[in-house]
Amino acid sequence: MTALTSAAPQPDAAPRPARTLRRAGTGRLAAALLSPTLLVLGLVAAYPVLAAFRLSFQVSSESIDPQTGFKVTTTSYGLDNYAAVFTGERFLRPWWNTTSFALVSVAIEVLIGVAMALVMHRAFRGRGLVRAAILVPWAIPTAISGLLWKWIFNSQGVANELLGAKVLWSSEGFQAWLSVVIADTWKTAPFIGLLVLAGLQIIPGELYEAARVDGASPWRAFWRITLPLVRPALVVAVLFRLLDVLRMFDLPYVLVGPRKHSVETLSMIAFQEMTNLRFGTAAAYATVLFLYIAAVSFAFVKLFGADLIGRGTGRPE
Amino acid sequence: MSSSQMSRGECGTEPGLRAHADPRVRRRGVPAPARTWAVAASAALLATALAGCGSDSEQEPSAGSPAEFKGRGPITLATGKDTTRTIQGQLDRWNKSHPDEKVTLVELPESADQQRQQFIQNAQTRSDAYTVLNLDPIWVAEFAANQWVDQLPADKFPLDKMLPAVVKTGQYFNKQYAIPYNTNAGLLFYREDLLDKAGAKPPTTWKEMKETCAKVAELPEGKGVDCYAGQFDKYEGLTVNFSEAVASAGGTVVDARGKATVDTPAAKQGLRFLAEGFKDGTFPKESSTFQEEDGRRAFQSGKLVFHRQWPYQWALAGAKDGSSKVAGKFGVAPLPGLEGPGTSSLGGLDLAVSKFAKNKATALDFIKFFSNEANARTNLKASSAAPPYTDLYDDPELRKQFPYLDTLKTSLTNATPRPAVVQYGDATAAIQESAAAALNGSTSVDAALAEMQRNLSAAIAEK
Repeated sequence: MTALTSAAPQPDAAPRPARTLRRAGTGRLAAALLSPTLLVLGLVAAYPVLAAFRLSFQVSSESIDPQTGFKVTTTSYGLDNYAAVFTGERFLRPWWNTTSFALVSVAIEVLIGVAMALVMHRAFRGRGLVRAAILVPWAIPTAISGLLWKWIFNSQGVANELLGAKVLWSSEGFQAWLSVVIADTWKTAPFIGLLVLAGLQIIPGELYEAARVDGASPWRAFWRITLPLVRPALVVAVLFRLLDVLRMFDLPYVLVGPRKHSVETLSMIAFQEMTNLRFGTAAAYATVLFLYIAAVSFAFVKLFGADLIGRGTGRPE
Repeated sequence: MSSSQMSRGECGTEPGLRAHADPRVRRRGVPAPARTWAVAASAALLATALAGCGSDSEQEPSAGSPAEFKGRGPITLATGKDTTRTIQGQLDRWNKSHPDEKVTLVELPESADQQRQQFIQNAQTRSDAYTVLNLDPIWVAEFAANQWVDQLPADKFPLDKMLPAVVKTGQYFNKQYAIPYNTNAGLLFYREDLLDKAGAKPPTTWKEMKETCAKVAELPEGKGVDCYAGQFDKYEGLTVNFSEAVASAGGTVVDARGKATVDTPAAKQGLRFLAEGFKDGTFPKESSTFQEEDGRRAFQSGKLVFHRQWPYQWALAGAKDGSSKVAGKFGVAPLPGLEGPGTSSLGGLDLAVSKFAKNKATALDFIKFFSNEANARTNLKASSAAPPYTDLYDDPELRKQFPYLDTLKTSLTNATPRPAVVQYGDATAAIQESAAAALNGSTSVDAALAEMQRNLSAAIAEK
């Protein structure tokens, strides 16, 4: 609303109060209509975040009473939890895992997802079956698919049988990281496929006809027509996936296990701290992750256009 | 057995991202940067949902007054999933004779970590929902130190009829906080057929075990059979196996005064046994990823001569339905050690009373009933849970049904509890971290133990 008022400068001052008044009335109605939503959002989203933020500054120090053995806890407020996050050795590696998972698996997922969408988009016999089959991995809960892949990557499992090698997938090292990327790609490439398919379906067929008439090769048609027109859908899909991977917890936790440094993510560290009842440091890790994800999504949205969230009004074409 | 399996408590569950990030619900007209931030923030905020589950863990210090057990009336028993339905049967019997003091069963998830989380949530909200808690012994110190459970009058329970090492699992600062419900200890499963062919007896020392393996390897049947495996994946099982190795070499992980003692010569010899086992091929490489079930599959398919395992493997490896290739071909012995029989770590479950519960007099009577010898016998028969009572191990009828009882008794008699540390989660993490590094060869045994000593001491002192 402020944007509209400021975007349209008023040349004469006379009608201005009336307009503002009318606007204020509409604004009040809008606020009243939105208030239930805002209330629910405030309760389920804003409050927990603010509470976690407050908690992240709460520093507890514990000691054991030598006589009774009872725990004595004193709490104060300060920045110690954040100091512990950034000075401890347990930040860089999980941060790098989180980031590398996001970069690599999303890149692979985009390639496979777009290919899947192109296949699903074609008219052929049994298309319904192929579409359903491609979406099956996406429908399986992550914890369950984690367990499935755990069996596949077991030392006596199918993966080793097929490779004819004895790879210890769940032990520390690159292979554990790779197993998470493979399982994540398997699960979520269909998601990108689905969103891209939706984008493909709104591209008018005439464009391709015109391209054919002009003698463009299918490859050229893909680069010049399909990709630009499917971009809005693809960018949304990639943003969702980025956010999803950056807070990844369940897959590495179930598939490889907690405290395996090759696959440990920031969410897992926060969880680990929480299970050890250090809620302050857990909240600090989560807040750092929050800010990191916010920064990444901000950068992403800036890079690939504000079209994402507006309705095409954001940038002049 | 308290292998920490997957532990996804409520706080671990995936916050639903997709519901929030629908781009169409944004309002038109908000300036672009603000919009950008709104999306970025509302999406990222879900990441913090994880931490939102935490609550303030303030605990006012109070004097350690001996608990009073007053009040009679209905109570609850909070325990892991009753998979064999034996618990409900025992509760029905109690409820029939105590109509005004009925006990309701509260079933918690099967995973130990999730049980702990529910117990802690219950304690932090000071809820009286759980009266009697069925605790893993490694939590007793934590629950006692936080004053979430009451000190129990030890003289009111037949603790002298129980195995002393098992009774100790319920103690913290020499006070009884929990009463053993069942117990567990490791056994050395061995291939009797191969040992007979090689003319060897079950080994009592690590050296003998390696020699026996060398003899077996020369047999035609010994081709492709690895020597020994335990639970060496980086999880609670590694803490169990490491503690056993240290204790079997005559050392301790944490001494009687609660100090970390892993930089001692005995601890070095214990860890060296494990690290060298991987280096010289006594342990198959893949056993570094073994949890209980992976090792069981390897043993049952005939790929191991020796296997350190909990007694539950007895029935499964002896199954004659074709699922086990070693049925009728294996035996059990106490764990081997450095210079003589080794020392096992203890598993099991202990019963405690929640500090915030009502009707504690009933709770005390119920624990007495629930942990009595008759019920322990039923549990052994129904779910092969090892009883804490010494007598039952010599019972001829039970011995017929469970031929390993004699060996298990020996193992339990020599066993030591896992370290009683309040911050057990940190302690076990410190142990697993350094032990895993020594096992995969990335750190020397000495350096690993020096590091473990440092981290374990820090976990015990805890800030």
